[in-house]
Amino acid sequence: MGNRVAIVGVGMTKFVRRALETGKELSWLASKMALDSCGMTMNQIDSVVMGTAPDTFDGVHMKGEYLSDGAGGFGKPYMRGFVGGGTGVFSVAQGWYHVASGMFDTCLVVCEEKMSTFQPHAQAAFVTIFDHIIERPLKPNLLWIFALEMNRYMTTYGLRKEDIARVAVKNKTNALYHPCAQIAAPVTVEDVLNSEVLAWPVQRLDVSPVSDGAVAVILANESVARRVTDKPVWVEGCGWALDTAYWTNRDLCYPRYVEEAARMAYKMAGVTDPRHQIHVAEPYDPFDYKELHHMEGLMLCGRGEAPQLTADGVTARDGELPVCPSGGLLGVGNPIAAAGLMKIAELFWQLRGEAGKRQIARKAKRGVAQAWGDLMQVGTVVVLGV
Amino acid sequence: MSERIAVVGIGATQFRTITPDVSYKELMFDAAVRAYADAGINPRTEVDTFVTCAEDYIEGTSIFDEYVPDQLGAALRQMHTITGDGLHGIATAVMQLRTGRFGTAVVEAHSKASNMLTPDGIAACAQDPVTVRPLCLNSNFIAGLEMNRFCAENGITRDQCSAVAVKNRSNALVNPIAGQAAGLSLDDFKYAKPVSLPLTDLDIAQPVDGAIVIVLATESKAKELRGKPVWLTGAGWCNGSPNLETRDWSAPEYVTKAAKMAYGQAGVTDPRHYFDFAEVDDTYTYKELQHLVALGLASPCDVGLNTEQGKTARNGKRPVNVSGGALGMGYMYEASGLARFYCAVQQLRGEAGAMQLPKAKTAIVQAWRGVPTASTAVITLAA
Repeated sequence: MGNRVAIVGVGMTKFVRRALETGKELSWLASKMALDSCGMTMNQIDSVVMGTAPDTFDGVHMKGEYLSDGAGGFGKPYMRGFVGGGTGVFSVAQGWYHVASGMFDTCLVVCEEKMSTFQPHAQAAFVTIFDHIIERPLKPNLLWIFALEMNRYMTTYGLRKEDIARVAVKNKTNALYHPCAQIAAPVTVEDVLNSEVLAWPVQRLDVSPVSDGAVAVILANESVARRVTDKPVWVEGCGWALDTAYWTNRDLCYPRYVEEAARMAYKMAGVTDPRHQIHVAEPYDPFDYKELHHMEGLMLCGRGEAPQLTADGVTARDGELPVCPSGGLLGVGNPIAAAGLMKIAELFWQLRGEAGKRQIARKAKRGVAQAWGDLMQVGTVVVLGV
Repeated sequence: MSERIAVVGIGATQFRTITPDVSYKELMFDAAVRAYADAGINPRTEVDTFVTCAEDYIEGTSIFDEYVPDQLGAALRQMHTITGDGLHGIATAVMQLRTGRFGTAVVEAHSKASNMLTPDGIAACAQDPVTVRPLCLNSNFIAGLEMNRFCAENGITRDQCSAVAVKNRSNALVNPIAGQAAGLSLDDFKYAKPVSLPLTDLDIAQPVDGAIVIVLATESKAKELRGKPVWLTGAGWCNGSPNLETRDWSAPEYVTKAAKMAYGQAGVTDPRHYFDFAEVDDTYTYKELQHLVALGLASPCDVGLNTEQGKTARNGKRPVNVSGGALGMGYMYEASGLARFYCAVQQLRGEAGAMQLPKAKTAIVQAWRGVPTASTAVITLAA
């Protein structure tokens, strides 16, 4: 069914708080690195997919059009897909159907975000994502709605802050070996617990930073992939699911939309027992509790079990199921759409055994990446394998 | 070889300049209910994937896809947005269906233009923030410059552009959903308000509210449904230079490239004689002429004359924008292309009522994303 699709090249800029490059330039840098990584040129690219989150960050209407030439979309079929924070991983699903449909042999997928343009802080842009009648007058921001969710998760399973802080410690430490990382640091559980309270129970070190950066990957069908590289990483499954806009009506303790997306991706990939058939995972971790939440949604463990796996070291880089060996959003940074694609890039390097000092101890043949976004509403999942 | 893709259901609201009685969600719901009834499907159980085409700034909401699933019956299902014209959404659904992983797909696009207090300010935000925006160029001013260039290079007269508006707005008089129908004559242009000469207010498609939903299916799934399928034979799309200063202002090459892609899939070698009718972008009068040339449907020397002589009229040899186009139906932002697509499917089904053409077996539909973009999508259809 459909053509087989592989990732053959990856490029990534540094993730930083304030990039001097424009969004177009960041897109170009990542695209160029991806092309160079597999010895391809723009002439060999048949289609281009752009992923970038809300236009409000840049204050540019139709931001996809604005970024098109930087991303290599000049004179080519070019399309921007969009599911908020879930965009980074979704963009690979989008690239997958470009190639799997048989309409294109290759697709360049570029994700860029430049949050620093928004002054003084990008968090204020998020007020415009809320319902304009019911919620916006309350002046909500993401920190406090996720504080609600974190509270609900902790209360449901009787968790302490220490149980969750271990994720931040693991990821920020993992990121020490990532050359593009923005806020890698050898922090301890005490550091997390003593950091500034932003919206209880969310503290400064529980949350990922505001970032600028870009990532690009090149997808190709089987015949091109075999020509371009000896080590193609196959897109085995893709899934996405978008839940209702009425987030206040959901039980926030479990991300059912992530489960739906994972079921779609696993079915395509032939994965029936994710806990044992997935060898490395990159779930979305903009907050430390989200990694745990998403591990459960991805069915890598039972509901409420993820904190114990983390405490037992199962999810450490040398553990049985390494989770966010890249350092995740908590360590590498969170340029929204690009952060999701960074996770795909990490799986690419891990599965090819090219992650350098970050290389996980166990032999990995299959990995899963996941992103999440909108009003705690969308799950996007990609399963990669070699 | 992939299965053929069919249009199996269409639904649209009326297109109106103001719709104070309904929200954008209710507009979408209205169109969706009609499309699902037309296809005879239940969206909760029989649709595999949903696509909405929308831009955040137009909606006044960031990450607009948040507010889409409920009114389409897509909650907790495969749903995403494309920031493109509705025809980009059709192309997306075609790709998804051709993977063999999906049997049915729904594409939605809508406009609630009457909610926008400052459409000119929003459009200005689409210009390059460093090099162009400081010049404070209004979109219509840019279109006026382009119109000048296109007309000067191709010998197109003022009257030939006016004839496009006269034709399209009068075509819309018999399109029951159209929102900008009018019986104009060339004389009316003598008194038209200048906007950015040679562009006048009568050359510009005026905004309306409305929504369109289209249901697509693979051939095997289409055969299970009761309706008469219309076949989607080709889909092409392309971007040119996003920068005003580095593009050809006379000939939009990106339209030619997108058409080439669609024609290749549909096996079209002689577009001028292949299509029974065309529905092309006419956001501005001159754009219809420019797009007809770029699509290979007319040559620069006869495109204006053809329009003037009525060859592109409803009873002409090669009808263009029988629906009324954006000038006659109203400009619907990301839904503009899908509105024309809806009317083209009606024609191919033989269900276009007073608009019906005697011969309508093949059609081409094209969309352009407006100033300052160089972004287009082209779809070819066959009965």
